[in-house]
Amino acid sequence: MTPISGIKMMKKMIKLTVGVLLLAGFSTSAVLAADGKSEAVKPAAEFGLDEIWSGYHFAKKETQALQDDDFDNPGNLWLEEGAALWSKVDGDAKKSCQSCHNDASKSMKGVATRYPVYYAPRKKLINIEQRINLCRTEQMKAKPWKWKSKQLLAMAVYVNNQSKGMPVNIRITAENKPFWEKGKAFYYKRRGQLDMSCAHCHEKYYGKHIRSNVLSQGHINGFPTYRLKWQKPGSVHRRFKGCNKQVRAKPYGLGSDEYNNLELYVKWRGNGLPVETPAVRN
Amino acid sequence: MYLRQTCQQGAGMFYAGTANPIRISRETEEQMTDKLHLKVVDRRSFVLGASAVAALGALAPLGSTPASAKAWQDFMKEAIGDAKPAEGKVKVDLPEIAENGNTVPYKIHVDSPMSESDYVKSVHVYATGNPGPQIIDAQFTPLSGKAYVKSRMRLAKTQDVVVVAQMSDGKAYMGKATVKVTIGGCGG
Amino acid sequence: MAKPRIKVPKMAKVGEIVEIKSMISHKMESGRRKDKKTGKVIPRKIINALKVTFNGKLVFSASLHPSVSANPYFAFDFKVPGSGDMVFEWTEDGGKVITAKKSLKAA
Ligand code: HEC
Ligand code: HEC
Repeated sequence: MTPISGIKMMKKMIKLTVGVLLLAGFSTSAVLAADGKSEAVKPAAEFGLDEIWSGYHFAKKETQALQDDDFDNPGNLWLEEGAALWSKVDGDAKKSCQSCHNDASKSMKGVATRYPVYYAPRKKLINIEQRINLCRTEQMKAKPWKWKSKQLLAMAVYVNNQSKGMPVNIRITAENKPFWEKGKAFYYKRRGQLDMSCAHCHEKYYGKHIRSNVLSQGHINGFPTYRLKWQKPGSVHRRFKGCNKQVRAKPYGLGSDEYNNLELYVKWRGNGLPVETPAVRN
Repeated sequence: MYLRQTCQQGAGMFYAGTANPIRISRETEEQMTDKLHLKVVDRRSFVLGASAVAALGALAPLGSTPASAKAWQDFMKEAIGDAKPAEGKVKVDLPEIAENGNTVPYKIHVDSPMSESDYVKSVHVYATGNPGPQIIDAQFTPLSGKAYVKSRMRLAKTQDVVVVAQMSDGKAYMGKATVKVTIGGCGG
Repeated sequence: MAKPRIKVPKMAKVGEIVEIKSMISHKMESGRRKDKKTGKVIPRKIINALKVTFNGKLVFSASLHPSVSANPYFAFDFKVPGSGDMVFEWTEDGGKVITAKKSLKAA
């Protein structure tokens, strides 16, 4: 089996599971309505949250309106740029993403619901940004895009957006479990001068004000997220850095293994929340 | 703008909101007080202490108005001449509290038939508390159908936003809204 | 600079009032920010004007100042006089002009 047909198989399986979920939804309409925006999602596994809310739920209505309107959402400027890059030939192999993956709305559908994934050749996790750059260097013989470049952000928005509305569905397997464990340990470790863990703000005190901010549960179903503060979209890792700095702790690098492990764990906490990329947040 | 400046400098800045203050365990509270000179107001809320206030203070010159700066009234006079704007006809839609001063969405409607002989010629938007108060100077024509514009502005602090409309006959009207702007959470 | 986004209905009735939307990716560097590392003021670079015409006649125009948010967004109304082309022109400090065009068919 070639890698591509392997992917196709996986995609079929995902479609099937989504189909089953939808069917199940008909009998209990509440399941369908729960999008973490106006109705909480029930966690499938037991951890520190009894109900799961998207960051959308905690945003002001004006910010929600910015996200909801397909034209008004400023993240869509990056989405369109990503769409244009998809078919742009680059690198020595003279290929575009489209040359191999054809229609992104089919080939990239569901990808965001299961990343970051274990990548055997490196024996560790890779996230979507790294997967995109792997395709650039290995498949296209092109230069990798810089982490904060407009191109990588735009393509990450585009790839994630193909799963918009699909529930996040991270499964813990023998392969990714050790990394999930590391991510979990990172999440609950107190750090920085304030000696606080992620859980202090996002598990214990979500819904409370931290000055003018309402603390959310810190989910990542909307990334790359257009932040009003950044005035552009930013990656999950950029957000993690900010949250580390907030408690005056040492931030890790963009693309670091530590943040990949944390990304897997945090994404898993949001299982069931629909992908919202590009979300708009403060 | 200034907000961003402030945010970049003030790592770990956070205050308690009044509506729903964050609860911090006694232990954490003491650690914070210790390490950051955070002044604990009561058991449930805390405010920024000396070091962070100093950081903010250092920024003040940036936010203050340069000597040559003109007030919004000066810009208005340049835009509409000697016309004295009357209250009314101008509807300004702004959030009461801005989630973030970088992007404050707004809508403006001016009541007018927008016919060839009677239409809104121009609309001027001023952030009275910004160091540069001008936001936009817009022109409409009868082709606009309605004098309506929707956009997004930057607001440096809590202030009044004034909107002045001049009609095709030279008469001017104004509307106003107050927006509360708080420093963002500075999450990154 | 990326391609601007515009929304103009493809078809509309003569006399109908339709909402037009536009957005362009731009930092709107206000000229009041300082570089964190060097401490120097970052020079101002903004989109300073948007002009929208239909078959050459002005529909909406605006001078933009540094207090316009990044990625300038403008929505406004338009009373359809007939079929034609709507042309958008954004002017950046330094004189660079970015244009976009959409055709509208009147019924
Ligand atoms: C020469 C063919 C080729 C090109 C060009 C290419 N890819 Fe890939 N891509 C692959 C293959 C093969 C895989 C599966 C690799 C594997 O499983 O190790 C893949 C996997 C992926 C995945 C993960 C999909 C999944 O289901 O896990 C993403 C996302 C992706 N590519 C994005 C891109 C983007 C974005 C571009 C353009 C910048 C691109 N690819 C260009 C061949 C290509
Ligand atoms: C001192 C409190 C605090 C701590 C500790 C903290 N954060 Fe945050 N975090 C915030 C604030 C404030 C925001 C912005 C409002 C919100 O969404 O909660 C935020 C936002 C986020 C978001 C964006 C949510 C969205 O919907 O876009 C994520 C993700 C996040 N944090 C993850 C983390 C992780 C992971 C950690 C631990 C490494 C952490 N945070 C630690 C305060 C904190």
